Amino acid sequence: MSPSWLDRLSGGLARTREQLGDRIAELVGRGPEVGEGFWDGLEETLIAADMGAGPASAITAALKSRSRREDLPDAAAVEVALVDLIAAQMPVHPDPLAESPLTVLFVGINGTGKTTSVGKIAAEAAGAGRNVVIGSADTYRAAAIEQLRVWADRASVPIVERERGADPASVVFDTLAVARENGSDLVLVDTAGRLHNSADLMQELAKVQRVARAQSVFPVKSLLVIDATTGQNGIAQARAFHDALELDGIILTKLDGTARGGIAVAIATQLGLPIVRIGVGESLEDLRPFDATEFARALILGR
Amino acid sequence: MFENLSQRLQDVFGKLTGKGRLSEADIDAAMREVRVALLEADVNFLVVKDFVARVRERALGTDVLRSMTPGQTVIKIVLDELTSLMGAGESKLAFSGRFPNVIMLVGLQGSGKTTAAAKLANLLRKQGRRPLMVACDVYRPAAIDQLESLGRELGIPVYRGVEGADPVDIAKAGVKAAVADMRDTVIVDTAGRLHVDETMMGEAALIRDAVRPDQVLMVIDAMTGQDAVTAATAFAERVDFDGVIVTKLDGDSRGGAALSVRAVTGKPIKFIGVGEKLDALEPFHPDRMAQRILGMGDMVSLIERAQSTVAAEDAAELEKKLRSSELTLDDFLQQLQQVRKMGSLKDVLGMIPGMGAAQRAQVANADVDEKALDRTQAIIQSMSAQERRKPALINGHRRVRIARGSGTSVQEVNRLLEQFAQMKKMMKQMGKMKGKGRGMPQMPF
Repeated sequence: MSPSWLDRLSGGLARTREQLGDRIAELVGRGPEVGEGFWDGLEETLIAADMGAGPASAITAALKSRSRREDLPDAAAVEVALVDLIAAQMPVHPDPLAESPLTVLFVGINGTGKTTSVGKIAAEAAGAGRNVVIGSADTYRAAAIEQLRVWADRASVPIVERERGADPASVVFDTLAVARENGSDLVLVDTAGRLHNSADLMQELAKVQRVARAQSVFPVKSLLVIDATTGQNGIAQARAFHDALELDGIILTKLDGTARGGIAVAIATQLGLPIVRIGVGESLEDLRPFDATEFARALILGR
Repeated sequence: MFENLSQRLQDVFGKLTGKGRLSEADIDAAMREVRVALLEADVNFLVVKDFVARVRERALGTDVLRSMTPGQTVIKIVLDELTSLMGAGESKLAFSGRFPNVIMLVGLQGSGKTTAAAKLANLLRKQGRRPLMVACDVYRPAAIDQLESLGRELGIPVYRGVEGADPVDIAKAGVKAAVADMRDTVIVDTAGRLHVDETMMGEAALIRDAVRPDQVLMVIDAMTGQDAVTAATAFAERVDFDGVIVTKLDGDSRGGAALSVRAVTGKPIKFIGVGEKLDALEPFHPDRMAQRILGMGDMVSLIERAQSTVAAEDAAELEKKLRSSELTLDDFLQQLQQVRKMGSLKDVLGMIPGMGAAQRAQVANADVDEKALDRTQAIIQSMSAQERRKPALINGHRRVRIARGSGTSVQEVNRLLEQFAQMKKMMKQMGKMKGKGRGMPQMPF
């Protein structure tokens, strides 16, 4: 991990650190006596990080029983144990985006940052010398195609598009044809944001995936783009998209605000899905690989 | 929306209403569950703490413990507190006599400002105003094109500054353009910005100072978690907004952000976004919403929505039928077809009083999607006219015939008939209620 990445992540999570870290320091600072008040406070702190009431109480209970067995004497010990617990819950997978050749669908609800993520990953991959093509299958939102075109230009990558209102599956079909002609090894497909409880739109997405699988000689992966400010509904989102598409991973965006992204821990844990990238800023290089321990540490301690 | 929350609360209260007497321990146990339910609904943890303490205090302070129906009394307290948490009464958009009136939208990235701007312009035009939209988001690629495209769809003009212009200058020029074009309402769409981004927050304040808006509205995504309050507080300090538009409430989000923001910032929720279409923006009614959260239904909103999709006389007929017990399967079929025009079935069911946790769960388990509705329609269409009027006629033989005729199973026919009978029973109860759904309906728990 480069230090600049850590700096960015730590910077992005600064408020989280202040709030969580201070709370924990304050809790521990009350003295060696770790009573009910301490554990209640810890649970509350985790809830405030969007980890969810259930996981927060499970983590608290696990720490509590560990403290009885092993004796966690001071702030440092509690903090380290907490980081370990959170990091250990998240599944470890190799980076699916490193595979080549590959077709990737970017899916998620409205406004999470799908188009931006496609643009950033295209730039990253093209910069690394891969032959990339982008497909703009968000034919619903006004100007989504224009937005993606700007990103494609920035990355100097070809983009395949059709008119607004066209069948998104047909865009995928065309994109894969262009990919074959160009000899591309990475196909990135942006899809329209949709609420996960909309049955027809989820079926439309499943069709996009079917067409991609039928037309692509490459493996097809589906990544859910989720916003770090998302609350407990993130689990319902992830579950619905997972049911429809069998997701391969998560991109967690907008970690540069005060949102703590605790929902990512809940999703990774409950669905066994890896987080493949995290967005810690607006510039191209701010979409970064994910490391569970670093993430947990930045989330809790900021160091 | 709020399905999970209302389900949880109804489960909790179901346990309470099952008891003739409540002890302090019973109330404490219920409050612990209310706490978890609200936290899972993303209500800010500090708001939850305060809310639970207030309800508990009132519950112990009143005659709940000696009441004949203590569970009902507790529910009444929770309903009152939920309503006051979201702000009492409908928060109308206040217009000044100034020409033109300026409304400025602010918020985080991806909250839905641009779509909300178009929906708001559309709504205000329906109310007889002449809106102009101003596109000040010069940062997100194609954001201006997006607003222009929405404007074209609606036939509402959009002002875009010259290439490379500063958002503050665009906003000022937009207001001037409105005056020149006799537009009485200006909606300024701004770029999404992080509340910790000093420069961008400063820019929002500059735009505000330049156009001195009559209303600044913050757009908040209903899916937001605990951070909603942090962001809203920062925007309140730096930009000082007047009210909130909550978007994406057509999802199954529990909408805790909606409950928390008013409580923490004191800024009322003015509108809610309830769908992708450009007419899917509704005024916010806290009292109705609180009833909906508690599964008490929202007849008023249902009827209003019916009125906007169904001709007025049809709506009156629908309301009469809903309130009487004369409902036949034919009416049901007709309603089903109308309801499908009104929005998702779940959404509409959520507004019907008496739709308790059990029925909701049934609906959820039955996985109501458009195809299931097609099957329901086919089942009814496979019945004779007489059977539709008098479902009691439908015996085992007839059920087999109907199932075969509609390409479904006897179980599905059974389920439909059962649901219809239940619905009729509920409608009958409602018919006995006085007033227009304003009072407390009989508890479905």
